[in-house]
Amino acid sequence: MDGLISLAVKAIFVENLALSFFLGMCTFIAVSKKISTAIGLGISVMIVQAITVPANNLILTYVLAPGALAWAGFPEVDLTFLGLISYIGVIAALVQILEMVLDKYFPPLYNALGVFLPLITVNCAILGGSLFMVERDYNFAESMTYGLSSGFGWALAITAMAGVREKLKYADIPDGLQGLGITFITAGLMALAFMSFSGVRL
Amino acid sequence: MGLRRFFDRIEPNFERGGKWERLFPMYEMVESFLFTPKTVTTAAPHARSYIDMKRIMTYVVLATVPCILFGLYNVGFQINTALQTHDATGWRAGLIAAWGIGFDPDNVLGNMAHGLLYFLPIYVTTLVVGGFWEVLFATIRRHEVNEGFLVTSMLFALILPPNVPLWQVALGISFGVVIGKEVFGGTGKNFLNPALTGRAFLYFAYPAYMSGDTVWTPVDGFSGATMLSVSASDGYQQLLAHGVTWSDAFLGFMQGSIGETSALACLIGLTFLLITRIANWRMVVGCLGGTIAFSLLLNAIGSDTNPMFAMPWYWHIVMGGYAFGLAFMVTEPVSGAHTNLGRFIYGALIGFMVVMIRVLNPAFPEGMMLAILFGNVFAPLIDHFVVQANIKRRMRRHVRAA
Repeated sequence: MDGLISLAVKAIFVENLALSFFLGMCTFIAVSKKISTAIGLGISVMIVQAITVPANNLILTYVLAPGALAWAGFPEVDLTFLGLISYIGVIAALVQILEMVLDKYFPPLYNALGVFLPLITVNCAILGGSLFMVERDYNFAESMTYGLSSGFGWALAITAMAGVREKLKYADIPDGLQGLGITFITAGLMALAFMSFSGVRL
Repeated sequence: MGLRRFFDRIEPNFERGGKWERLFPMYEMVESFLFTPKTVTTAAPHARSYIDMKRIMTYVVLATVPCILFGLYNVGFQINTALQTHDATGWRAGLIAAWGIGFDPDNVLGNMAHGLLYFLPIYVTTLVVGGFWEVLFATIRRHEVNEGFLVTSMLFALILPPNVPLWQVALGISFGVVIGKEVFGGTGKNFLNPALTGRAFLYFAYPAYMSGDTVWTPVDGFSGATMLSVSASDGYQQLLAHGVTWSDAFLGFMQGSIGETSALACLIGLTFLLITRIANWRMVVGCLGGTIAFSLLLNAIGSDTNPMFAMPWYWHIVMGGYAFGLAFMVTEPVSGAHTNLGRFIYGALIGFMVVMIRVLNPAFPEGMMLAILFGNVFAPLIDHFVVQANIKRRMRRHVRAA
C-alpha cells in the first residue's frame, strides 16, 4: 500500500506528465484559456487515463507479452510488436465511448471541449501513460494507481495553467508574443516552479 | 526651485511631438524619482488614497535597510573570521589592507567595509543590467519605468551568495526582468516574483555557484556549510557543535545569502511593512501556520534515516531564506493571491511547501525560493475557487431571501 501511495504522489508531482515530461502539450496549451473548460478536459483525461492504462496492462499481460498466450496454448508467441497499435486502439475506442457519454449527459462540457475531445485519442500524455506502464513493468494495481494519478497530475497542471492565463488577461503582452508565445513561456515558468519536486525520492 | 524650473523647461522636448519624444520614459523616470508626479486623474472615478505605487515601492526598499546593513556586516564578519586561519587573496582584501582597515572580526565597521566591497559590485551590476532592460522595454513599448524595479533589484541582490560571479548576476537579473516581468507587460502584470525567477534560473543553470559549502564565504580554501545543509546531513542537534545556537541563527551570525541570514532584520522589515499595510498579515499568518502545522506533523511521524524530520518549526523559520522570503516575497501583492481567504490558503501552501522541500527533497537543502514560485503558480487558481465559493454562497442566500 505504501508503494502505491508513493507511486501516486510521484506521478502527480515529481513526474508530472505535463510539466516535467511536457506530454500532451497541444491540448495543454489550446484548452487552457478558461478554468471551467480546463477542469472539464482535465477530468476527461483523468478518466481516459485511469481506464486505458489498466486496460492496456491487461492486454499486455494476457495477450502481447512474450509467453502471455500460454493460456491459449501458444507459449512461444511474442506479440509485443503489436503493442503500439493495440494501445492506441484501446484509447481510441474509449475516447469514442467517453464522447458519446458526454454528449448525452453533459452537453455544455461536450460543446466547450469541441474538437479537443476526440483529440484526446492522440494526446501523447495518454499514450505516454500506457508506454510508461510497459517500460516500468507496472503490475495491474500499479497501473490503476499510475493511470489515475498521472491523469490527476495532468489535470492539476492544466487547471493551474488556466488560472494563470485568466490572470494574464490583464497583462500587457508585446504583440509578437501574444497567444501561443506567451503561453509557452508561461508553461516553461510553471515547469520551473514544479522543479521543486524534482529529486524527491519516495 | 531651480531644478523644478529646469525640468519644466526641458519637458516639452520629451512630450508627444517633441524632439526627444522616444526618450520620454527616461525623462519621466528621473522626474518622478525627484518630484511627486504632477499628473492627476481627470475623469471619474476619483479614488483618493495616501498611497501610490511610488510610495509602496519606496517603503519596501526602506524595509530592506536592516537586512542590507546586517548583511554587509555578516558578509564581512564571516570573511574576516575565516581570514584568521586562511590567507587573504583578491583585490578586495588588497583594498582593505591598503586602507589600513585590517581583518579584525570584532571591528564592526571593518566588517561592514569588507562586506560592502562584495555587495556593492553585485548591486551595481544588478542596477545597471536590469535597468538597461527596464529602460529598453519602457522606451520601445512606451510604458513608464516603474519604481518596482528598485525593489526587484534590491531583493535580487540580497538573495545571492556573496561569492557569485558578476556575469551570473547580470544573466540572472536579465532573465528575471525580461522573462519574469517585461514579457508580461511590466510591473503588476507578472505572475511570478521577478527577483525569485532570476534567482531560480541561476540556481538551476549554475548550481555549483549557487549552493554547496564554498560559495557563502568568499575565502580561498574555506568551506562553510549553511545551517540547512548541516541539519540535512547530521540533524539540527548538531548545529550546536558547529557553534550555532538558536539565537545566533535568529540574529543571523551564520553562512547564507547576503541579506537573508538575519531573521531579526527581516522581522523588523516585516513589521514596518505590516504597519504600513503594504504586506498583508493574512499571508504571513497563513505561511507561518502552514510551516508550523506541517513540521509538527513531520516531528510526530519521525524518521530513522532522515534527520530533517525532527527539525522543530522554530528552527525552520530562522534558517536559510525563510524569514527574508516571508517578509518580502510571500507578501508581495502582485504575484500573491488577491482575496482575503485566498491569502490564508496561499500562505499556508507556501509554508507547507517549504517544509516539504527542505525535509523530503534531498536535492534541495533550501526550499523557500521554489516554494514561493510554486505558490505564485497556484495563486490565481486559489483566487478563482474562493470567488466561485463566494458567488455560490450569495446565490443561496439570495434564493432564501426571495
